[in-house]
Amino acid sequence: MTTVETALGQSKTMVLNMGPQHPSTHGVLRILLELDGETVVKAIPDCGYLHTGIEKSCEDKTYSQAITLTDRIDYLNPLGNNLVYCLAVEKLLGLEIPKRAQYVRVMLTELQRISSHLVWLGTHAIDLGAMSVFLYCFREREEILKIFELFAGQRMMTSYFRIGGLALEPPAGWRQAVDRFLKMMPSRVDEYENLLTENRIWMGRTQGIGYISAENAVALSMTGPTLRAAGINYDNRRLFPYSSYEEFDFAVPTRTDSDCFGRYMIRVAEMRESLKIVQQAYHKIPDEGAVRTDAPGIVPPEREKMKTEMEALIYHFKIYTEGFSPAPGEAFVAVESPRGELGCFVASDGSPKPLRVHFRAPSYINLQALPKLIEGQLISDVIACIGTIDIVLGEVDR
Amino acid sequence: MTGNASQNAELVVARLRAWKAEAVAEVIAFRGDTTVVVPRGYLRELCEQARTDGELQFNLLSDATCVDRFPTEPRFELNYQLVSIPHRRRITLRVRVPGSDPVVDSLVPVWPGANWLEREVFDLFGIRFTGHPDLRRILLPDDFEGHPLRRDFPVHGYRDVPAASFGIRKNL
Repeated sequence: MTTVETALGQSKTMVLNMGPQHPSTHGVLRILLELDGETVVKAIPDCGYLHTGIEKSCEDKTYSQAITLTDRIDYLNPLGNNLVYCLAVEKLLGLEIPKRAQYVRVMLTELQRISSHLVWLGTHAIDLGAMSVFLYCFREREEILKIFELFAGQRMMTSYFRIGGLALEPPAGWRQAVDRFLKMMPSRVDEYENLLTENRIWMGRTQGIGYISAENAVALSMTGPTLRAAGINYDNRRLFPYSSYEEFDFAVPTRTDSDCFGRYMIRVAEMRESLKIVQQAYHKIPDEGAVRTDAPGIVPPEREKMKTEMEALIYHFKIYTEGFSPAPGEAFVAVESPRGELGCFVASDGSPKPLRVHFRAPSYINLQALPKLIEGQLISDVIACIGTIDIVLGEVDR
Repeated sequence: MTGNASQNAELVVARLRAWKAEAVAEVIAFRGDTTVVVPRGYLRELCEQARTDGELQFNLLSDATCVDRFPTEPRFELNYQLVSIPHRRRITLRVRVPGSDPVVDSLVPVWPGANWLEREVFDLFGIRFTGHPDLRRILLPDDFEGHPLRRDFPVHGYRDVPAASFGIRKNL
């Protein structure tokens, strides 16, 4: 058990245990705070309360079965997790994905980014006392989840991206649904900004709070909006493009204030940029074309072919019983999740089950900078700082 | 992109070889990624060089993880993912560690961000990092026995599920 050692008879500071059951820790994070009055002298984050051994479970599944586990890592970004795992296995196999599937992947992960930022904005605002923003954010998030339900049949645990492409053909009527969302959303983002950006209470609670310098942020391996708010233009979509991101036109917002307010502004700007990407992907996605690559023995055959071709039936049976065996090797892929650099490392020993699956969880690594953000601040600002690094405990503990 | 990436990686490898040839034991190219195998004794020195050298500037340690190749020896492989933000480069460093002596130098003095990454590897694989300021378990409880991501640790754990708690008699 993590404890803080204080000298016997010392009355200047007290130790306060925050969490693991505390609403503003967004799950089950425990922080030990050593306080001098209301000022935090020392903070020790303690995580692991939600550890479910997903990486170990992946080793006991075939490559395709493990996709369903990836949904559950960062439960606000299931499609992003599907994407990074599929990209890693596809890299291991050396598969090329059809452009149509790549564009659908881009469009859906950007919608996912908006929905994740909406949950972040809503919960962060409610932590700081702005109740109504939460309701507005969840109203729009619901629309995005409806789009996911249309595509994948699931609102949250989608498992829509599969090794070699997509699980299903994009459904009839998806264009109307996405179009409706694209028309509605920009004015809604303005609405949130009207409520918060120049709100004096909001500014008072966030400006100048939780500062971290750019050097410290990089040294502590921080990524995502937290790093970009510190002025470092690091975005995997731009620096190391994947899934055809190089064909899309978008800006990577950066700021230099590096406080809670700056991170809020970055995320709002990112929502607008994501909308631009969704718009472009909407026009790029052709109506016809394959959504799965042609790789017999790895990508399941179409249902119709199974009824007429013997090989297709054999492959179907083999894929769903034995699985497929990539050549021995290791692949690491990093994508930009709403929280930062989400990486997936897959090692194969030539068997149908992965030798090792590891996720580089951005909120786990960003969380280690929390003491740097809050030491010397007031206890009420601890809540603001936990909020702006945007942790998802499912991902922190895996 | 891939052609560019492999050219970039060649530059990095050449630069590291020019600095100290014996610190680069092997270079593995796979699917456009380059992995540099580093002898265990040179790890921290090489990382310090990779971070500070103006031509390399690997300022971000993205990830550190371990692969257990039980029962072959050397059993453990540590993989470090380095990113150079100014030069837009990525490279993987790999250190092979024998199962009989799972100790490696900590990279916390080079990148403070290695702290939790190494604690996670220590917790789940039982690899010790010399020079780590705070080497404690992080995801598992302190009284947990064993290191569950080792390949010889069963997926279902060592302990039986207490059948009695589900109202089932054990020797039915």
